[in-house]
Amino acid sequence: MSLMNLTATGLGEKIKNKEISAPEAVQAALDAIEAKEAEVNSFVTIDREGAVKRANEVQKLIDEGKLAGPVAGVPVAIKDNMCTEGLLTTCSSKILGNYVPSYTAEAVLNLERAGAVIIGKTNMDEFAMGSTTETSAYGVTKNPWNTGHVPGGSSGGSCAAVAACECPYALGSDTGGSIRQPSSFCGVTGIKPTYGTVSRYGLIAYGSSLDQIGPVAKDVTDCATVLEIIASYDKKDSTSVQRDSYDFTSALVDNVKGMKIGIPSDYFGEGLDSEVKEAVLNAAKELEKKGAIIEEFNLSLVDYAIPAYYIIACAEASSNLARFDGVKYGFRTEDYNGLHNMYKKTRSEGFGAEVKRRIMLGSFVLSSGYYDAYYIKALKTKALIKKAFDNAFSKYDVILGPAAPSTAPALGQSLSDPLKMYLGDIYTISANLAGLPGITVPCGMDSKNLPIGLQILGNCFEEKNIIRAAYSFEQTREYKYSPLA
Amino acid sequence: MKQYETVIGLEVHVELATKTKIFCSCPTEFGGAPNSHTCPVCTGMPGSLPVLNKKVVEYAAAVGLATNCRITQNCKFDRKNYFYPDNPQNYQISQLYYPICRDGGIEITTEDGGTKTIGIHEIHMEEDAGKLVHDEWGESSIVDFNRSGVPLIEIVSEPDMRSADEVIAYLDKLRLIIQYLGASDCKLQEGSMRADVNLSIREAGAAEFGTRTEMKNLNSFKAIARAIEAEKERQIDIIESGGKVIQETRRWDDNKEYSYAMRSKEDAQDYRYFPEPDLVPVVISDEWLEEIRAAQPEFRDEKLKRYKEEFKIPEYDAQIITGDKHLADIFEKASAICNNPKKVSNWLMVETMRLMKENNIEPSGLKFSPENLAKLVNLAEGKVINSQTAKEVFEKMFNDNTDPEKYVEENGLKAVSDDGALREVVQKVIKENPQPVEDYHNGKKKAAGFLVGQIMKEMKGKADPATVNAILKELL
Repeated sequence: MSLMNLTATGLGEKIKNKEISAPEAVQAALDAIEAKEAEVNSFVTIDREGAVKRANEVQKLIDEGKLAGPVAGVPVAIKDNMCTEGLLTTCSSKILGNYVPSYTAEAVLNLERAGAVIIGKTNMDEFAMGSTTETSAYGVTKNPWNTGHVPGGSSGGSCAAVAACECPYALGSDTGGSIRQPSSFCGVTGIKPTYGTVSRYGLIAYGSSLDQIGPVAKDVTDCATVLEIIASYDKKDSTSVQRDSYDFTSALVDNVKGMKIGIPSDYFGEGLDSEVKEAVLNAAKELEKKGAIIEEFNLSLVDYAIPAYYIIACAEASSNLARFDGVKYGFRTEDYNGLHNMYKKTRSEGFGAEVKRRIMLGSFVLSSGYYDAYYIKALKTKALIKKAFDNAFSKYDVILGPAAPSTAPALGQSLSDPLKMYLGDIYTISANLAGLPGITVPCGMDSKNLPIGLQILGNCFEEKNIIRAAYSFEQTREYKYSPLA
Repeated sequence: MKQYETVIGLEVHVELATKTKIFCSCPTEFGGAPNSHTCPVCTGMPGSLPVLNKKVVEYAAAVGLATNCRITQNCKFDRKNYFYPDNPQNYQISQLYYPICRDGGIEITTEDGGTKTIGIHEIHMEEDAGKLVHDEWGESSIVDFNRSGVPLIEIVSEPDMRSADEVIAYLDKLRLIIQYLGASDCKLQEGSMRADVNLSIREAGAAEFGTRTEMKNLNSFKAIARAIEAEKERQIDIIESGGKVIQETRRWDDNKEYSYAMRSKEDAQDYRYFPEPDLVPVVISDEWLEEIRAAQPEFRDEKLKRYKEEFKIPEYDAQIITGDKHLADIFEKASAICNNPKKVSNWLMVETMRLMKENNIEPSGLKFSPENLAKLVNLAEGKVINSQTAKEVFEKMFNDNTDPEKYVEENGLKAVSDDGALREVVQKVIKENPQPVEDYHNGKKKAAGFLVGQIMKEMKGKADPATVNAILKELL
């Protein structure tokens, strides 16, 4: 068995106990990547030299007693939309094909301070726009459970890398479900924290008011541990929140006695795959057996979440992506005639179809004459959705439901019908609109042997509730390794 | 010809005097090698985020309070989207929906000596762009982002002005208020204050406004006055010949005294403004606003009044001295030290003005400290040096802020008031010049002048002429 089949904290423990060295752990990761990348394609960039060098440095610090954290010396993969100084950061786009940042994202710096060793940058939907990791300019990532299927997206590379045991854990980002949905498809665990918990400084923005960085790993313990490391109040991010507590691991207890769990009946209606429905409801029963109080309720407004989300996210994206113009960095078209033509050709050639679609959609909803009808209305809808959740959390500690309407679709199925693909985000996007934390944990397999994920949402700053519920449920089943593990 | 009325509104951009930029900690300092005052934020690097400089809010609110605006205590930033290479993000962070100040106004003095209030529609905060340099030899342009992110406020007036004189009076008043606040040096030539003129004409007495044009590239008060006259004439000519004024942006060429159209309303861009998601709303608490209010300085009008009443400075002198914050500061500090405001005012009005004119420098370029000016006044008034020496010492101090006391000491310039020494010299001169002495006694009073000259020469200019005269008369 490869060291990569261990959990991050499990491996960290062995490194701490000197059973294994950091360079050995990194070598195991590089070997696993070498063996599996041809099939999975989780990575855009693999930093072999940098990782080995860093592992030696970290080992020295561990030996000197200067580093003793739970993931010191453990290899990690970073989604390719987080800036890493000196290491290619492409957002899986041609337009940033040669972009090497001059600084490192705050969340990644936090990991590095804890002794993490970055082995590479993971593939994603271009600029995090997509639900399949098929819109990447650097090839499709495959689902380690069945390489004929997508890993989900946009953090598909991070989730596939963990599921394929190419690395023990990874960072992803979640704007509308981009951590939780691929975690569900790949049978791994992922947390999207409360908006403002992890600094966005150095995260290349898609929808600024919705983006959050979070961990992807094999289990809840790893996710809570990593979240505790990457979360921080950062003055460089004005939307960063000074929280009362950054402790998440104390919630790793197998106890849900008296916990009130709401099940939104509107999440279990039409469009939900029956096998997914059964697995999720079974999970609720397991928690009930452990003493949780389960109650169905009507969340309301669910149908409005998708249009509101796509308007807000695309509006922000249309502006956020304006800086990619061929002037300062990144790709520039070869032949052009004057400034305007250079802009036009660079962006036409540099961006993929899905990104262009969202830039156009966003530019349209912000245009004069449409702003009030679309953008303002979407903001009002967002406020109403937040209110509906406030209401729900006045009664329940957590809300439980599916992470996605189905298991991973086959490759090539989704992009032909983008509207249908957008509808697949129905269970995840509300959390982004309301800023809530959410976690996905595996809860079963469908008849095609594809993983099913359970999503648990909590109130803002109540990560501990979802961690406790997820951890308690996790104790009822074994972690299932993918065939590529 | 019909009678026309000119209607003018102003958009004034002012660069704020903060040490660092509006959304990052890069210095705002002018100069420096291209792109040396930059970071990921002000060069629009992917993943970078803006953080608001609190001092910008304080300056903007202070200007708002001084111009009688309502302060928006919960204001927000918006993104103005447009593509241009000097704008690294291809959007400018500005304020559209909730600007920091609204509904103010300042009083100006009109030509006929009356007063008039010019309304201020709003003041908003925003970031400046970088600077494009066009390479004359190559086929390219290069960009310097040192100015990118320098904080600006834009002060938008109501269309309340009716002549170039009113515009200049408004700008001058605005400039002084902002200078007194220390919020900016407001130099039109250097671009720290920029004014765009919106102008339309209408028949005298008409209720409706005419179609307006916006004039850009006005780098001095004189250029503004000339551009207003020219644009007024241009619009009248169009209307008189049966045409229609087109709403457009025009650029003034002050050398040719001519403007040309840059873009019409039809090609006006849709800036797709929306709330800046990377910044949180700016909440100005009652306490903070009170602090800003309490820190407001004494402004020009109050100072002018006080100088006349308290220091008995003539109206004209008080106007000149209060007409520049730096001069007023020197005046007050020096006066407080030497307790002789009248003399300080004299030195500023006569010698300082003369040397400023000769050397072509602005009050802000004055090098001497109020402490040294006070010392000079004391030396001159205490008759430690005579008036001719005082002028010399002043010039030295003007040039390099020399300490007058030290300079006088080191160069032995003290006036000799010691009677004994002076008497000896006077006696010596009388003895050596029998002819002029005789002439004097014969009624040629002019001969005394020659003797005084000789005495001063012997004294190397250090004697007080009045004392010399008295002793000479006595001994003769």
